[in-house]
Amino acid sequence: MLYSEKVMDHFRNPRNVGEIPDADGIGEVGNAKCGDIMKMYLKIDDGIITDVKFETFGCGSAIATSSMATELIKGKPVDEALTLTNQAVVEALDGLPAYKLHCSVLAEEAVKAAIKDYYDKNNIPYNPTDFCNQDCDHCSLEH
Amino acid sequence: MLYWTQGGAERTAHRRYLIRKGELPLRIYADNAATTQTSELARRVMVDTMDRYWGNPSSLYSFGQEAAEVLYQARCDVAACLGAKPEEIYFTSGGSEADNQAIVSAAQLGKRKGKNHIITTPIEHHAVLHTVEKLAKEGFEVTYLPMDESGIVKVEDVAAAIRPETALVTVMFANNEIGTVQPIARIGALCREKGVVFHTDAVQAAGHLAIDVEEMNIDMLSLSGHKFHGPRGVGALYVRKKVPLLSFIQGGAQERGRRAGTENLPAIAGMAAALTEACAHIDEHYKYVSSLRDALIDGLSAIPHGALNGARAPRLPGNVNFCFEGIEGESLLLLLDDKGVSASSGSACTSGSLDPSHVLLAIGRPHEVAHGSLRLTLDYTNTMEEVNEIVAAVKEVVDYLRNMSPVWKALEKGERKYVI
Repeated sequence: MLYSEKVMDHFRNPRNVGEIPDADGIGEVGNAKCGDIMKMYLKIDDGIITDVKFETFGCGSAIATSSMATELIKGKPVDEALTLTNQAVVEALDGLPAYKLHCSVLAEEAVKAAIKDYYDKNNIPYNPTDFCNQDCDHCSLEH
Repeated sequence: MLYWTQGGAERTAHRRYLIRKGELPLRIYADNAATTQTSELARRVMVDTMDRYWGNPSSLYSFGQEAAEVLYQARCDVAACLGAKPEEIYFTSGGSEADNQAIVSAAQLGKRKGKNHIITTPIEHHAVLHTVEKLAKEGFEVTYLPMDESGIVKVEDVAAAIRPETALVTVMFANNEIGTVQPIARIGALCREKGVVFHTDAVQAAGHLAIDVEEMNIDMLSLSGHKFHGPRGVGALYVRKKVPLLSFIQGGAQERGRRAGTENLPAIAGMAAALTEACAHIDEHYKYVSSLRDALIDGLSAIPHGALNGARAPRLPGNVNFCFEGIEGESLLLLLDDKGVSASSGSACTSGSLDPSHVLLAIGRPHEVAHGSLRLTLDYTNTMEEVNEIVAAVKEVVDYLRNMSPVWKALEKGERKYVI
């Protein structure tokens, strides 16, 4: 089997799919040319992520990592969500094939991009090095 | 020694009976370009060969000579299906080996005469493309014929590309991904007239389309056993008698010194039986399978912003290949598998590489659309009922994936332009 049972579960029954029309932060990462785009919507109240939704164009692991990332940050304070790493997503999914690891990187970046959008909209100061530069071309990552 | 047993239709009926009884899960195999189920006849011939003709065909005593007789019969059978002579057939380990040997041999022999130019297409199988690329690194000049959205090469382009130093023209008979059939007879006639060696990779065509190497002026042709219900790990290379062939596996004098190694007789006999069986039913299967294909193309054409890849005709009888905008192929395949449909895709994720299918890119599909490709390859073992089930499953899965795709949303909102 290519994927763990957990990956297949999150792929077949993705959690938190959809959009939040009045989202406080929206992040979109990836590139259709490379075959995956993730869009993350956050609803934030008093610094807590009260709701999160995602839309993904991509392979099975792209959908599963998006789903898992939303689960890992839902109900968490924003600054805690900011510490989410792609390794945490991979571990929570019981692993990913090596050439699919970039999907977990995208999931981490999508969360960060949405938080950055929230900070920007609300003029909240932040350390730019906490965020991936949005021009980063994930195509150059090892597949 | 050939057993004519129950045909594919009967076996399919039996399988469907078991599915109805709940003894088999509902599964529709629609990836016959990847491999086919070994036919009952091929399986029996293989077992029979193992049981009775296990001698080494090179041995002089009767065990060996009986095996040699089976080997010769298999050679005659394969030759008969291609309109060739038995001494023009070389058994190999498969289509890839046949392609490698044909191309490298023609190139090296050409080089001895000062010819260092090879003509091919950008949509060849990797067994051809990677071999040609390797020769390019060794100093050969390669012309890739122009390709448009039809997926069919133009004979005029071949004519324009041929030079005095052209050592080889290699053009596949039919494409493995998009099923388009190339004008082989006309390219063959042209190459014969110009005195250039012509090779065709007929792995997808053999047993499915009528082939006559004499009529079509083919100098070398590769085929593979498991694409027409024979076993895998075995193939054949046809080489016209007057065309020399170099050997790449050194050892014994098997295959008239062109391919050393004790013959894989059960596989060779099984392949010959399967090819004979396929050729005996070629018209009947062509008619039946192309009717399934046409129904599948018509059914899938109802999905908006999807498009058939490659010209609708001339096309392999079982090949259907679509791109659906706004979705990615691997997730499409996995969800189709959950619904019992086995298919294939040209997306980067399914190939394990960075780029989507080189064939889809060559016919002008942009990357983002090529990622959303779906290949369904049918065969006489499939039924119209299965085609209807496939259409329903694909529609459902494409809708579902589009609903969660930000690319599709952007297309619908007009933030991104539809390509197809």
